[in-house]
Amino acid sequence: MSTVAQTFKETARRLTRDLRHRELIQNALGKYYVGRDEKKARFQNWQEARQAAAEIKWDAVNHLDKYLEEFVSKLEARGTKVFWASTGQQACDYIVEVAKKRNVRSIVKSKAMTGEEIHLAQALEKSGVEVVETDLGEYIVQLREEPPYHIVFPAMHLTRHEISDLFTKKLGTAPTDNPEELTMIARRTLRKKYCAADMGISGANFAVAETGMISLTTNEGNGRLSTSLPKVHVAVIGIEKVLPTLDDLALFLPMLATAGAAQAVSCYNTFIGGPRQDGESDGPEEFHVVLLDNGRTRLLADAEQRDTLHCIRCGACLNVCPIYKNIGGHTYGTTYMGPIGSVLTPHLRGLKEWKHLSFASSLCGACTEACPVKIDLHHHLLQNRRNAIRCASPWWEKLIFKGFVTLMNHPAFYRLGVKLGWFGQKFHWLVKGTRLDPMYAWTQSREAPPLALHTFKDYWRRKKS
Amino acid sequence: MKISLFIPCFIDACYPQVGISMAQVLERLGHQVEYPEDFTCCGQPAFNSGYWDEARAVAEKVLAMYRSAEIIVGVSGSCGAMMTTFYKELFHGTPLEAEANAHAAKCWEFSDFLVTKLGVTDVGAKFPAKVTFHDGCHGLRELGLKKQPRALLAKVKGLELIEMGAAESCCGFGGTFAVKFPMISTAMGEVKCDSALKTNADYIVSCDASCLMHIQGLADRQKKPLRTMHLAEVLAKQ
Ligand code: SF4
Repeated sequence: MSTVAQTFKETARRLTRDLRHRELIQNALGKYYVGRDEKKARFQNWQEARQAAAEIKWDAVNHLDKYLEEFVSKLEARGTKVFWASTGQQACDYIVEVAKKRNVRSIVKSKAMTGEEIHLAQALEKSGVEVVETDLGEYIVQLREEPPYHIVFPAMHLTRHEISDLFTKKLGTAPTDNPEELTMIARRTLRKKYCAADMGISGANFAVAETGMISLTTNEGNGRLSTSLPKVHVAVIGIEKVLPTLDDLALFLPMLATAGAAQAVSCYNTFIGGPRQDGESDGPEEFHVVLLDNGRTRLLADAEQRDTLHCIRCGACLNVCPIYKNIGGHTYGTTYMGPIGSVLTPHLRGLKEWKHLSFASSLCGACTEACPVKIDLHHHLLQNRRNAIRCASPWWEKLIFKGFVTLMNHPAFYRLGVKLGWFGQKFHWLVKGTRLDPMYAWTQSREAPPLALHTFKDYWRRKKS
Repeated sequence: MKISLFIPCFIDACYPQVGISMAQVLERLGHQVEYPEDFTCCGQPAFNSGYWDEARAVAEKVLAMYRSAEIIVGVSGSCGAMMTTFYKELFHGTPLEAEANAHAAKCWEFSDFLVTKLGVTDVGAKFPAKVTFHDGCHGLRELGLKKQPRALLAKVKGLELIEMGAAESCCGFGGTFAVKFPMISTAMGEVKCDSALKTNADYIVSCDASCLMHIQGLADRQKKPLRTMHLAEVLAKQ
């Protein structure tokens, strides 16, 4: 087992026993479910909206070449500098270089999962630049020096009390349990950072090909401030974010808000199509768009799982995932957690090391049902499992399944097996629930079902005779 | 109607009463039932573990066994999903693809068969008890079982259905997942047991004996006063 798999199991063991954690997450998501259903009901037909969204995304992803070119040419025509990054490293190097050239000392960053994916903040900090997260949740986890816990709610695992303690420790403010006061503390600190920053970094929720614009969604207005106050704005965008037309946003913006945050529409929706133009009074002098591949074209080549590129990073699949709810976001050890993370990470970081995530699922399908763009998430987990076994499987497991085939394909063996099992279980109590128990993985926490003396097959024989 | 029964391996070996109940209900409704005695397993454990070649080896036999069947009725949402949805995936692009599709078209899950195919909701059952219903995930999301079992329960005399919170949440079984990641599986089971306990129902009923095996095993270990019963057993009570 890989070390990351080992760590995953150990952390999962700890967190699944942590009832305080369980309750915290359940409560937080309980409110989300109510709001989401309410907002879903505002759609004329949520299922048809999903279908339409999936079709638009299908078109975009299957014609990336065309739409990306359109997107880029429109952006460039307005003076945007576009950089195509094959890897995360290339993207980081480029942005560090831009920062150097413009003598950047401090950066404000609006929430961007692509930034997390390529460890951009770390790369910039290493080059001596200060990077401040401006999304409240991101700011909190940055102060805690930990990665986001959720792709939409980065600090969901913390109570007000913990946040207050953190602010007191890191910012020297007076303790308070009042959420408004806590927000004001962050706001006061962050406002100063915006004014002093030389560069703003963002991601993009969507990239509109038709108009050559990025669409940025936030609830705190931090995206707008981060991208318009500093002299330089850099947006790091996964190539799959492209949408054909501006009209598509009429569907995607409310859909993202509904599925992601149980809102009808997010508070601030910003469209950016270039740096400050002649005659304009505000906006950055320079606008860079970094288009990130980082494994995405590999996924594009995989016809079976290409729809994974439909993802709009709404986090809905995490919110309904019973695994996520019990082990929490940090246990995954990945940028993208929950079902989409378990599907995606083996493609981005290697199947061999990350295959355990595809096995750590009951395949309940709640994710697929929740996904607004209809990604077949749980079936992709099954395919990842198949691929993992194809490239390497433990000899003992292979043996078990060879045995399984022999047993099941020879009814006489099967019957004998059941009878022997019935006999053997009489002695099970000797080892039950101990490490000597061959069924320990089950019996450590559950009673085993007793094998019946008279099976259905026995019943049928009696019935016939 | 001549019906071929599909009795999954663990029902045969651990819960024969579930299979017997299904056979009895179908016979009471006047149908002729038969059972391919050489049937063992649908191959799902191998399929879910990534061993598709091994799963196919078992599934090929299943296809052959039911080749002449007119209609196949099974007593498990999960194994039912295997024979319908997943066989198609398993045999996709192989010479048996057409047969797997034809096989899938003949397969019915028990409650779906009664309600959708036969149009029957009242099977003459009587069971004076308070029950809550757990939607097994495969039945719910692969086969669309939601209204069917509830329509049947509504017609059982004396039975009161009390819905639990998050009835659609997974119980944590998930086949080999339960033994590969027992800590996560157990935590999920605990959440499920808590929801069920809050209803004060006498029984948790489901279309899936595998979920019930997990829930019962956990409740017994943790000494929680929960009893489980398969829908077929409820419908066989008179
Ligand atoms: S996979 Fe679907 S549900 Fe999950 S984050 Fe992406 S779009 Fe949202």
